[in-house]
Amino acid sequence: MKRKNQRLALLLAAAAAVVAAVLLAMSALKDQAAYFYTPGDVARQGVPTGRAVRIGGMVQTGSIRRAADGVTIDFVVGDETPHTIPVRYRGIVPDLFKEKSGVVAEGRFEAGGRFVATEILAKHDENYRPPVLDANTGEHKSRSLK
Amino acid sequence: MHAFANPARFLKLARPLTAWLGWGGGLLVALALLDGLVLAPRDYLQGESVRILYVHVPAAWLGMGGWAALAAASLMQLVWRHPLAAIAARAVAVPGAVFTAICLATGSLWGRPTWGTWWQWDGRMTSMLVLLFLYAGWIALAEAERERSGDGRLAAIFGLVGAVNLPVIHYSVLWWRSLHQGQSIGLTGTTIDPAMLWPLLGSALGFTLLFAAVVLMRMRALLARQKVEARLRRLAA
Repeated sequence: MKRKNQRLALLLAAAAAVVAAVLLAMSALKDQAAYFYTPGDVARQGVPTGRAVRIGGMVQTGSIRRAADGVTIDFVVGDETPHTIPVRYRGIVPDLFKEKSGVVAEGRFEAGGRFVATEILAKHDENYRPPVLDANTGEHKSRSLK
Repeated sequence: MHAFANPARFLKLARPLTAWLGWGGGLLVALALLDGLVLAPRDYLQGESVRILYVHVPAAWLGMGGWAALAAASLMQLVWRHPLAAIAARAVAVPGAVFTAICLATGSLWGRPTWGTWWQWDGRMTSMLVLLFLYAGWIALAEAERERSGDGRLAAIFGLVGAVNLPVIHYSVLWWRSLHQGQSIGLTGTTIDPAMLWPLLGSALGFTLLFAAVVLMRMRALLARQKVEARLRRLAA
């Protein structure tokens, strides 16, 4: 084998080893690196009450209730499973927070199963289009949350 | 590629190419940004803040593309010992780091009104920040190695190993649930309206040409510096 090919073979072997190591680490991280739990995850694995976690999903249609004090809101988060989570939050929500769009909430579960959020983030989807099209097609369709 | 092993032949081609790429890229970026920032429609949900897209996405593409080029140059250097490969890698690293920083900054500016936060440690953002740190580490290592008159082999190995971060960035929104949205432009289609897609593609191409022009300029400057240093050494001897 020529020196050049020897070096190439050595590098390719090293590269394969590094890539394999990273892929193994990433697949091990798959569950830990998820940025939030979905209602389906919570129903399946159970999330301890009192520990700070993030949950995410779609804000269910017609579920947003604003309390009389003006800053407390209640809503329900769902996903493609039948499970849902009731959420309460005191504070200002981002502009993109609305029904049928993605949301990520940081906070804790109460004993009763309700999630008390300390921070609300709106999740944006991968669709970009001008407002005029929206009138033609009606409601925007969002793909299921990853 | 070894036709350009001779720096004189490389310079003969690089000099006019720099001008063409620079002016072409500058013109394209100006047109695309005029379209994107002024003429293109606002988004039905995000409103005007969607216009950050026309800088953010090209910056992300070039930050990642820059490291891909750096890794390719590292491979050329380690396997074929191409005499210009180390120079090319050093020329790419700085603009690559700058575009990665632009990507992070514009993403943060967009995240505040859209998500409601400047920064979150989700998979996409964290892996992109790691890329910026890799660039910083690589530049420091390459400079240190050059000062000790090494041949840049350590930096080349670092460049190849660092490339494993690129698929991690790309797949971060697919492997893990993330705050960052999934990809909008795939092999099979796009979820971006044509009125927004064209200025985006134009600006991506324009910034890429500008990037190439900057890399050629830096390669010429680094070659000139190498020549000056060699001459000074000869005078001192």
